[in-house]
Amino acid sequence: MRGLRSLVARRLLLGIVQTTAVVLLIFALTEALPGDAAVALAGDQPDSARIEAIRKAMHLDRPAPERLIEWVTGLLHGDLGTSLTSGRPVSSYLTGGFGPTLLLATLTVALLVPLGFGLGILAARHAGGLIDRLVSSMTLAVYAVPEFALGVLLVTVLALRLGWLPPTAVGYGTDLLAHPAALVLPVLVLLSRPVCSLTRLVRAGMIDALASPYVAQARRYGISGARIHLTHALPGALAPAAQHLARTIDWLLCGVIVVEALYTIPGLGTVLLNAVAERDVPVVQGLAVLFGVLTVVLNLGADLVAHRLAPRAGVAA
Amino acid sequence: MPDERFPGLRRRGFLTATGAATLGALALTGCGGSGNKGQDDKGGTPKRGGRLRAAFAGGGAGETLDPHLSNLFVDVARAKALFDKLADYGADLSARPRLAAKWESNKTLDRWRVTLREATFHDGKPVTAQDVLYSYRRIADPKKAFRAKASLEPIDLDASRATGRRSIEFVLKRPTAEFPNVLAAFGAYIVPEHASDFDKKPIGSGPFRFVSFAPGRSAVFRRYDDYWDGAPHLDELEFVVANEESARVNALLGGQVEYAHELNPTTARAHEGKGQIEIVRLRNSAMQAFCMKTDRPPFDDKRVRQAFFLITDRKELVDGALSGAGEIGNDLFGKGYEYYADSLPQRHQDLDKARALLKQAGAEKLKVTLDTSAVAAGFTEAAGIFRDQAAKAGVTLDVKMGSKDSYWSDTLDNGTLCCYRSGAMPIDAHISQRLLTDSATNATKWKHKDFDALYQQAQSTRDKTERAAVYARMQHRLYAEGGFLIWGFADWILGTARKVRGVEAKAPANSLDWARFDKVWLA
Repeated sequence: MRGLRSLVARRLLLGIVQTTAVVLLIFALTEALPGDAAVALAGDQPDSARIEAIRKAMHLDRPAPERLIEWVTGLLHGDLGTSLTSGRPVSSYLTGGFGPTLLLATLTVALLVPLGFGLGILAARHAGGLIDRLVSSMTLAVYAVPEFALGVLLVTVLALRLGWLPPTAVGYGTDLLAHPAALVLPVLVLLSRPVCSLTRLVRAGMIDALASPYVAQARRYGISGARIHLTHALPGALAPAAQHLARTIDWLLCGVIVVEALYTIPGLGTVLLNAVAERDVPVVQGLAVLFGVLTVVLNLGADLVAHRLAPRAGVAA
Repeated sequence: MPDERFPGLRRRGFLTATGAATLGALALTGCGGSGNKGQDDKGGTPKRGGRLRAAFAGGGAGETLDPHLSNLFVDVARAKALFDKLADYGADLSARPRLAAKWESNKTLDRWRVTLREATFHDGKPVTAQDVLYSYRRIADPKKAFRAKASLEPIDLDASRATGRRSIEFVLKRPTAEFPNVLAAFGAYIVPEHASDFDKKPIGSGPFRFVSFAPGRSAVFRRYDDYWDGAPHLDELEFVVANEESARVNALLGGQVEYAHELNPTTARAHEGKGQIEIVRLRNSAMQAFCMKTDRPPFDDKRVRQAFFLITDRKELVDGALSGAGEIGNDLFGKGYEYYADSLPQRHQDLDKARALLKQAGAEKLKVTLDTSAVAAGFTEAAGIFRDQAAKAGVTLDVKMGSKDSYWSDTLDNGTLCCYRSGAMPIDAHISQRLLTDSATNATKWKHKDFDALYQQAQSTRDKTERAAVYARMQHRLYAEGGFLIWGFADWILGTARKVRGVEAKAPANSLDWARFDKVWLA
């Protein structure tokens, strides 16, 4: 247990270092981008006097390190700063975008886990058989379709041709739960590729485990097939799947730009896209912190789960 | 950003950079089935009631309802629903009175008396001269960087004063014959005196009053019954934001919105005349050009500029870069607008003459870098097509892709040749912003004292016919040897549900009738 606690402490410390590095890198990269918020805002009226005035109004005329230090000082007090373009607090950007993102991610994961594991176990049980070949080829085929293509296809068929579902979530804002039909298509698109990869991972892990000496030994004891599958083989296959799942959740939470744009869902991906285009550095940095923290926490969680399920595999810190 | 896959993500559609003009040509050129049908349907009497949802590309969570900060199409569409300007542009970009009932100048054109009409703000208070002066002084605040500041520059706001509750005397820094254009300038909205917070409950004098606003998502407005220009037909108007073009089209097809702004030519072709939705083309809208810097080689030699005019196959550019949704240009800004010199012969490709001119200029085997960027629809395509056309005249164009977020600033002073576009604005504004020695965005570096003098002469000329003659002289000069190679004017494309009536097709973006919802009704 002591080992586990020091592992968690080490990982958290590393996580803080990683997040700091990400924030610094993002700041440096945003500074290195051609043009700043003033240039982006001036757009096709690049009147140099006006750009200077905007820069001054945004306090962009101060040196970059000074702005960074001020922002970091604020962050230590829990203040993420204010947007350059609107003057609104960055935290309002994050909370506004997080709701729809979290909703989509939760729904997707809630469907992903039973589907991915179910199909994976099913395929592994019939390894080499018709069902296995069917599942394997289907998952490969769906995985090969890029999400934007699938998204457009689903809208065209299910929403516009058949009229079963609304094509977008436009105008619903953050109140997406009140319009569950509008969530079907985005969740389907988000689900499509992770389900395939998770299924294939679980299947492969199960087949490996089923061929292992300890399963053979369990069989010799006369333990029933179902019990062998679920209590002996599955945990071995779960460890890689848990890490894969963590990465998927991370992807879902850190902005699914394509799906948000296609279905007009105002989540974090949209916030990020706008902030980068407007060179709204404080918002980009706020997102970097949020994404950094999420990634660190999720990966730590996945490692702990893997550690619990397959202690022998060891955990790379 | 994955722009090739998602052309709709170019949501920074700056209003002055695009726009739409319609000519009388609308009736002549391919109105198409939907256009004719639309006109038949529009014969009905307006019906009161209902809610119209309009989808625009937006500016994300940073959006504001402050009308003076308007930058994007959706900003202006919302601003004009809530607020009014003293004047606004008609279809030919000439100023029409709005909150101002009338205007008159002194003999020397440097003092203008403006009389306001009887109008009230949404809180019942009348619109007064004080509100106007407050609004203009707010825009001109040197500490702020409001876009309309440059347009209001001719006004000496310290010397200008209210001469009555509804009359104002504007004192100008110099004679300005086109002063009404200033009153119609982009973003010059009238807000109540002392108004500074527009996020909570903005109050204007426009046709709709505020109900709710969620930045980057939606804005809901309700009819203002006491609107001076007649109460709108609609009960409610909702602006929703969908940055992706396909999302706007799908929402329209799926009945989630009744009006979709800014569609692609391919979308328009796919749905035009199919009966599902109406396609509205605002013809001859955004000016499309290549911009030659006239102060540096090789374009400091006017023969090279003339050769480039003749290298251009305008039809091919319109068909290729604009997917045919547009009209060819004649190297002059403002086709169809007031003062446009339409008597000049249409220029056509003439490679032999171009080669001869290049030879005279000693510029055979010329190599030039052409700056472009994905900042506007058709830019990269136009650059590719023009490169091939130039090759036929022995000119090598090296196409260079730039960042789209800083393109306009990057190309203003640097490079020699770049892609350019502009939305609708009066011809005098185009000249004053871009073609005078001290113009702030003089991208062709066109600096000629005699040309400046002609402009001053025009602005000091009271008689309109005489003034038109001066504008014609300036345009002749630009046609002969200017730095703008204006090859086309793109259509601006909207989609509406079939039940939507009263959408004006002769309405360039930036003009009064574009994105105007108080005259729209649902059948």
